Amino acid sequence: MKCQHCEKPATFHITELTEPSGPIMVHLCEEHARVYLSQETVDSPTNALAGMLAKQLKLEQTAEQLAKLDKKTCPVCGITFAEFRQSGRLGCGYDYVCFQSDLEPLLLNIHGSKTHKGKRPTRRTGAPDRQHELIQLRREMQEAIAKEQYEKAGELRDKIQKFERGDGPNE
Amino acid sequence: MKLEELAGKCGEWLRGSGPESDIVISSRIRLARNLAEFPFVRRASHEERTQIAKSTRAKIETIQEWTNIQVLELERLDEVDRQFLVERQLMSREMADGEGDRSVVIDLDERFSVMINEEDHLRIQVMCSGLDLTTAWQRIDELDNQLERKLTYAFHDTFGYLTACPTNVGTGLRVSVMLHLPALVITREIEKVFRSLQKINVAVRGLYGEGSQFMGDFYQISNQITLGRTEAELVNTVQEVVPRIIEYERRARDFLVNESEQDLHDDVSRAYGILCTAKKISSEETLHYLSKVRMGVNLGLIRSIEIATINKLFVHTQPAHLQKLRGQHLSVADRNIERASYLQSHLVPKNGSNN
Repeated sequence: MKCQHCEKPATFHITELTEPSGPIMVHLCEEHARVYLSQETVDSPTNALAGMLAKQLKLEQTAEQLAKLDKKTCPVCGITFAEFRQSGRLGCGYDYVCFQSDLEPLLLNIHGSKTHKGKRPTRRTGAPDRQHELIQLRREMQEAIAKEQYEKAGELRDKIQKFERGDGPNE
Repeated sequence: MKLEELAGKCGEWLRGSGPESDIVISSRIRLARNLAEFPFVRRASHEERTQIAKSTRAKIETIQEWTNIQVLELERLDEVDRQFLVERQLMSREMADGEGDRSVVIDLDERFSVMINEEDHLRIQVMCSGLDLTTAWQRIDELDNQLERKLTYAFHDTFGYLTACPTNVGTGLRVSVMLHLPALVITREIEKVFRSLQKINVAVRGLYGEGSQFMGDFYQISNQITLGRTEAELVNTVQEVVPRIIEYERRARDFLVNESEQDLHDDVSRAYGILCTAKKISSEETLHYLSKVRMGVNLGLIRSIEIATINKLFVHTQPAHLQKLRGQHLSVADRNIERASYLQSHLVPKNGSNN
């Protein structure tokens, strides 16, 4: 068998199992295999995820709905759905709550399930609302500093410190 | 302990012992965890990353059971040290190349490590020599519990442990078993084997050496999904499939021995000969020939070397290791010379020795 990219014999036979369209076989010579595999390491999981997401969204939504979804923003960390789609990475734990209905089909697609069955933390994980508020306050403080609104930033800092010192989730 | 001392040692996963260690190099499990009070790493500001790293480091140092650890701050390590930790598989390449305040906590026996501020706030990793996923899972479960007593994890009732990438959510668990499959590669059976695995939820990937160099004949088998199954079930998916691959590799080795022992013996001996006599050798070439020699040792065609020695050489001949062992920076050309002499000091039978 010849390499798919040149005349040399194909000595590397790679099976891609993570492609959203199903398994793909690639037959390459050593040189092309090296190029291929080095590209793969750089961004493959994200690419696979982005591809999966794009495909699934196209199936289920109109362009208009998509544009609207892209603008959806997490109130806690401030990430937009478009930013998630591009990077394949969520911004904070609350994204799983505020994008829940949009993420569930994706989770089903990746894992064939949307419900955790494994271990759970042995102690209470604290109050999620307070944790999310803390993340949000810190972000707002950073934004205030960036906009040189120092008075607002000061107030937010006091609030954050109170949170962190109080009966917060920290020990 | 200094990293120089670690360089000369041989960590847990290089022991070359444990079940099926002629084919299985190591068993690894990692858990992805995040702290509830912070955004995920990519979304965290510089200050927040520092806060996460500082407080996590401090809390880890209070874990009584973790007595034999060293906490390293990435921003204080030079390029060679970072590369060294990657070669040693104590942390990921992404960790070495990342930015901001990040740390790696290493167990000095190299049974586990914890990355702080990689893609997730915490990546806990446990490694064992040979095929031993049960031990690996028991250990990491325990480490996770010890950490959880000190930290508040981001956890959702339905989705489980929350991670930056939805491909890790739920258990946050990734099992990977590193296999040495030279005979399946030579007999070109490897694609058939992988095709037969496709129906099961496991992923197969090649391994990479320095930069983009392909580490011939080494493959990693891991679970594809993390949500909807218990940790034990996920560990089992991989645990069940590995013996089948081992069986295929054994059969391919038998086939080679029966059908073309002379060719095989010739090939293996030439590889051994080059490693024993070359005056300069690249790391790519080294991996290529070491892989052949490793199979030769396992098939009894080369009797003077131990598998543990070969395993050690795979790691010790990589660029950062050579420089740590030598105690100085070396150019590519100098490394090739140093590598050849290092190989010879381990492979050439010494006069008067029975080995």
